Amino acid sequence: MTITDKTADVPAPRSGEEKSGRLLDVKDLHVEFHTRDGVVKAVNGVNYSVDAGETLAVLGESGSGKSVTAQAIMGILDMPPGKIPQGEILFRGQDMLKMSNEERRKIRGRKIAMIFQDALSSLNPVLSVGYQLGEMFRVHDGLSRKEAKAKSIELMDRVKIPAAKERVNDYPHQFSGGMRQRIMIAMALALEPDLIIADEPTTALDVTVQAQVMDLLAELQREYNMGLILITHDLGVVADVADKIAVMYAGRIVETAPVHELYKRPAHPYTRGLLDSIPRLDQKGHELYAIKGLPPNLLKIPSGCAFNPRCPKATDICRTEVPPLVPVTEQDGAELVGRGSACHFWKETIHG
Amino acid sequence: MPDATKTTAAEAVAETPVAAKVVDGGEASGKPRSLWGDAWRDLRRRPLFVISAALIVVLILVAAFPGLFTDANPESGDLQNHFLEKPNLGHFFQADWFGYDRQGRSIYARVIFGARNSIMVGLGVTILVTAFGGLVGMLAGYFGGFWDSLLSRIVDVFFGIPFLLGAMVVLNAFTDRTAMVIIGALAFLGWTQIARVMRGAVITTKHADYVMAAKALGAGTGRILFRHILPNALAPVIVVATISLGTYIVAESTLSFLGLGFGNDSFSWGSDISDALNDIRNNPHTLIFPAGMLSITVLAFIMMGDAVREALDPKLR
Amino acid sequence: MGRYVARRLLQMIPVFIGTTLLIFLMVNVLPGDPVRALWGDKPPDPAQVAQIKHDRGLDLPLWEQYLHYMKGLLQGDFGKTIAGNRPIIDEIKQAFPVSARLAIMAWTFELVVGIALGVLAGVKRGRFIDNTVTLFTLLVISVPIFVFGLALQMVFGNELGWVTPTVQDSENFGELMLPALVLGLVGLAYVARLTRTAIAENRQADYMRTAVAKGLPRQRIITRHLLRNSLIPVVTYLGTDIGTLMGGAVITEGIFNVTGVGNLLFDALGDREGAVIVGIVTVLVLVYLLASLIVDLLYAVLDPRIRYA
Repeated sequence: MTITDKTADVPAPRSGEEKSGRLLDVKDLHVEFHTRDGVVKAVNGVNYSVDAGETLAVLGESGSGKSVTAQAIMGILDMPPGKIPQGEILFRGQDMLKMSNEERRKIRGRKIAMIFQDALSSLNPVLSVGYQLGEMFRVHDGLSRKEAKAKSIELMDRVKIPAAKERVNDYPHQFSGGMRQRIMIAMALALEPDLIIADEPTTALDVTVQAQVMDLLAELQREYNMGLILITHDLGVVADVADKIAVMYAGRIVETAPVHELYKRPAHPYTRGLLDSIPRLDQKGHELYAIKGLPPNLLKIPSGCAFNPRCPKATDICRTEVPPLVPVTEQDGAELVGRGSACHFWKETIHG
Repeated sequence: MPDATKTTAAEAVAETPVAAKVVDGGEASGKPRSLWGDAWRDLRRRPLFVISAALIVVLILVAAFPGLFTDANPESGDLQNHFLEKPNLGHFFQADWFGYDRQGRSIYARVIFGARNSIMVGLGVTILVTAFGGLVGMLAGYFGGFWDSLLSRIVDVFFGIPFLLGAMVVLNAFTDRTAMVIIGALAFLGWTQIARVMRGAVITTKHADYVMAAKALGAGTGRILFRHILPNALAPVIVVATISLGTYIVAESTLSFLGLGFGNDSFSWGSDISDALNDIRNNPHTLIFPAGMLSITVLAFIMMGDAVREALDPKLR
Repeated sequence: MGRYVARRLLQMIPVFIGTTLLIFLMVNVLPGDPVRALWGDKPPDPAQVAQIKHDRGLDLPLWEQYLHYMKGLLQGDFGKTIAGNRPIIDEIKQAFPVSARLAIMAWTFELVVGIALGVLAGVKRGRFIDNTVTLFTLLVISVPIFVFGLALQMVFGNELGWVTPTVQDSENFGELMLPALVLGLVGLAYVARLTRTAIAENRQADYMRTAVAKGLPRQRIITRHLLRNSLIPVVTYLGTDIGTLMGGAVITEGIFNVTGVGNLLFDALGDREGAVIVGIVTVLVLVYLLASLIVDLLYAVLDPRIRYA
């Protein structure tokens, strides 16, 4: 993986990925929530992009802003209290934040679809799954009730729900967790969108079912050549399916990297901490590592690097200056494509 | 603590007392809060609560010390000089402020003295009903089985009889309807409502993980009931009790209006309104002031209940 | 489902017996003597009193009286009035349709206006219209119904002359309009509040987020997803309220001089005609029990998670 062409684009978030033809390009996105306790700064300048057929995994703890970013892309933030003071969300080169509500509505479901974490609460409990699936065709394609139902059965077959024809009139609570998540996937896939955002799609499922659902999602993504944003806090899920990873902390991206490089050589102490806290078979008997401290309070994000109170390597500069996301290179200065780190001491972290 | 940083369970618990409160991108707060503390902070900022609380304090003062607010005699009137005299709205807190009724009595004084009976009935019924209904509901909800079925059937039986109708039947049998009799009659018919609410709340609470944990740690029944279940099941009961306090005041005045509550020898807004019926066309002031006072009193308690409900229900924030 | 209905019907029997027994005891155990009341203020003749009591079975032990009463009830015999010896069933037959008509009109107000106001307030939560509706419902609940009744009667009946102040013809829907509105006002306010709360809660639900993410139009999200879920508790309230409206019209019927159940009951209380009171409550309980059965069945239709268990 050594690239010696020094003239190649630097993978800095702004300059490098300006190339047109990106499916989705999020630029300097800020999201805040105005609550009675003050302004919660949930997203503070996020940049990422996804191409057709590509999978971006967004990794982070609760409160890191990964879901809020996704909701902003989807246009389902509650506004108010939510507010987007700054940033662009380009879909096929067009800024969705400048579109009218009706234009955005037509993109939702048709061009960009979302899979939610908890399928039981995310499906309407009093409507049959057939109705909820068919709604996509009836609203967006103007199909009749009957045609929509036939399409729903087809969809359920596609996501491998057994006896789809008999079960199309069942209600969400009559399905198992894994089957419900398949229905969510089917709903997202209904109109073969260009981009799917999956927000922790397997968190609520049993481990065995998790793998099945992830495999299905990956398979369908390949088949339709869709872009996929996979939001998760589970490093295990990411390794098999993602092409690249963005690690988020306190509303910022702290590290980006192609998936395998991240595992091999993290360039941010936070990523390292996450990796070290995965239980490993070869270290049986050792005490498990944990990142000390708590995720930051988004009302009062620490000055400087938001991670500094929990960072084992923090120095004075970390408390005063916000580290920008800079390109990460080899020790000899050779470029590492797609890698970036927002740490003052990335060199020491990756090479030291 | 997120799954990505897997620690042992004990450590996670010790380290993250507030982690559960930190939602993704939502409200994140440094200090831990309790439901009640949170509700109180919320309440103080609600104009609805502040207004109703101030009103209730004033009303209770009026009920306890009517003499502080008027020195006019509410019982005997001056038929010669004051027969149905119109109100003098500029004469604040004076006998002729709200005018006089057809017996020449000061309506202002009657309105002031009427507060005691209304509030006494409202408070009395609510206290009785909450204590008895709450206890029965809690025991039935917690122990279940035979006692629960029995209670549920009894509640069904009482729900079959319309409240006002039942109260009319009971009170019709008494010739001397004192406050105690009225309180007793309304409480007799009203306790099932609180019992039902409490039973539901206890059943929801008793399966909560922290109750299971307390049981597993060997806490006794009494401790579980009063330390773990009761505080957590209390919220809906308080809301229902506050609102029904208002409706009990309405019930008392309605019964007095019908001649089945307080009689002419005691003070009641309801019977004053009933007396005003003959005069309302030409002397609407005989109706407006007692009716207004009654409505404001009920409104204060219902607003209070509303404010408490919204403060205690995080879903509505 | 058939089995569920059968079981529910069976379960109603003890409740029916319990309620009738309770009202029977309330009427008979409490002091007050209907036979002596025949003489009014004059001293009654003890021999005649004893004779009448014996003829009507009023000297029997209470449990025997109750058994007699229930036996008659099963054959459709509600007994006879003490004064005048008229069959009680006739009086009930006369009064019930009037009250039922009034109740159904009031109920329609609750349903239509209550839900409309609730939806409006819930969808625009926190805005001007929400605050207006909330204030209106608070006022309606706080101002006792007899004050409302008297005020509306005075304004629309006496001052403006739009309607007759009292009802002359209880089959005339126009005349029943104002009493029905007064009767339905409190329920209307409760329906509006319930709808508003349910909508405000359900708006936060995950499935609402899904509906938006699906790209559904706002109109469809509100009617198909939000309302469908929010109306479930409202249906429960409306279902059980129909019985309350029929029995709770004492005040309204009194003010507007409607000769319905409330009127009959009020007269019966004055004359201490216990059997009439028990008869009325018996019919009301039946209405209430049937209404709650229908609500439960409807509930299961509206919410597929509920099963007839």
